[in-house]
Amino acid sequence: MKPFSYLSAPDTATALRTIADSEDVKFLAGGTNLVDLMREGIEHPATVVDITRLPLTGIEELADGTLRVGALVTNSRLAADPLIRTRYPVLAKAILLGASAQLRNMATVGGNLLQRTRCMYFYDEASACNKRAPGSGCDAIGGFSRGSAVLGASEHCIATHPSDMAVALVMLDAVVEVESVHGIRRVPIAEFHRVPGETPHIETALAADELITAIELPPVPAAAHSRYRKVRDRASYAFALVSVAAALAVEDGRVTEVRLALGGVATKPWRAHIAEELLLGAEATDENFARAAAAELAPALPQSGNAFKIDLAQRTVVAVLRTLNAERSAS
Amino acid sequence: MEIELRINGSARRLDVAPQVSLLDALREYLGLTGTKKGCDQGACGACTVLADGRRINACLALAVQYQGREITTIEGVDHPLQEAFVRADGFQCGYCTPGQICSAIGMLAEHKDGAPSAATEHLAATGGELDEAEIRERMSGNLCRCGAYNGIVSAIKEVAK
Repeated sequence: MKPFSYLSAPDTATALRTIADSEDVKFLAGGTNLVDLMREGIEHPATVVDITRLPLTGIEELADGTLRVGALVTNSRLAADPLIRTRYPVLAKAILLGASAQLRNMATVGGNLLQRTRCMYFYDEASACNKRAPGSGCDAIGGFSRGSAVLGASEHCIATHPSDMAVALVMLDAVVEVESVHGIRRVPIAEFHRVPGETPHIETALAADELITAIELPPVPAAAHSRYRKVRDRASYAFALVSVAAALAVEDGRVTEVRLALGGVATKPWRAHIAEELLLGAEATDENFARAAAAELAPALPQSGNAFKIDLAQRTVVAVLRTLNAERSAS
Repeated sequence: MEIELRINGSARRLDVAPQVSLLDALREYLGLTGTKKGCDQGACGACTVLADGRRINACLALAVQYQGREITTIEGVDHPLQEAFVRADGFQCGYCTPGQICSAIGMLAEHKDGAPSAATEHLAATGGELDEAEIRERMSGNLCRCGAYNGIVSAIKEVAK
């Protein structure tokens, strides 16, 4: 690992001032992704500012029912929180299906949003990768593409966004609170992550001098009946091939509310707006679930190694919606 | 950097560069080689230690970040799990065992606190039984290349009763 200077920030103002005043600074929280990337030589900051002592560890309910979650809340604590488990089971489940217990004990909410792709060409310095070395090309295209994205990809990058948590957050319309010396901004999660386009190295809307301080979860009554399903190569502790976050409300056989998001298949946590629009007001039948899923995946651009994800994603969407519908009918 | 770590109840002073992991600090600076280095990238769990009672991967922790925290390594463990692993053949080569045992101690505490896992059917409920499916899911961050999983699960089950 390339040597760096280390500062443990005593308060948020110091952290923000340090990143505003210096070049090449990285904030360090749980370290589960950044330390690994530094050891691999992919990240090599001159200065690391440890933010784990900042007071960003609260989970509080605001007057309008919004839950405000501090950026340094660990993944395990968020998933175990009673309000998250009852109001947003999709989020608790998404987190619990990610990584391992040890990693969830270290990893934070803010860090999870900033974790980088596990595309093997991104990790391999001998390979061309526009994300790691802009302009160098993309060896994933035409390469071993089993894990690569089929939605939101460009001719410059097909790397999959790896987060499970962020897929649930996109489904819930969470808001990311970011702060710099210039003040506080609130960014809707759907606008926080970017598709690669011509600039795969720019992954989020976070400016170079900004720190994620919290996420806000708006009240979503339908989310009390929500699910997260993850399909992967082994039963636990693996990244998603396909994942589906969904909430469904049905009255008199018709869909009155639906929220759907996909993971493992796209370059960013993917809100399935096309499918949602087709489903809203439609009869809650397997045929309509399948039709909506097919429409969402219609723009998919597969490689030879990941074409199976198109079918797998559709079948997983149908399975999750069918389960939610059956549970609702039964209750 | 001069830092002070609290390891197994004692204060230890050491001089480390910021990039030294907690794992390397334990093994190479303090001679506590019970904690093992497997993948050195957070994928195998061999380096699992407890920080304030919570299990973490020491390979992804920088030593400088853990000043003031109470670190427990296998050298500081005296727990019924250790004999249970022997009785149940919870290992073959033994390389993953210190991590397995520290992880299982942390896991039992998490379960006692009511923390759910991906195997927990009713997320809103607390206090579910620590059955085989729960143990396997909660221990999935510790790989055993010898494949002693059946013995590991039996040992943990025996102690969890």
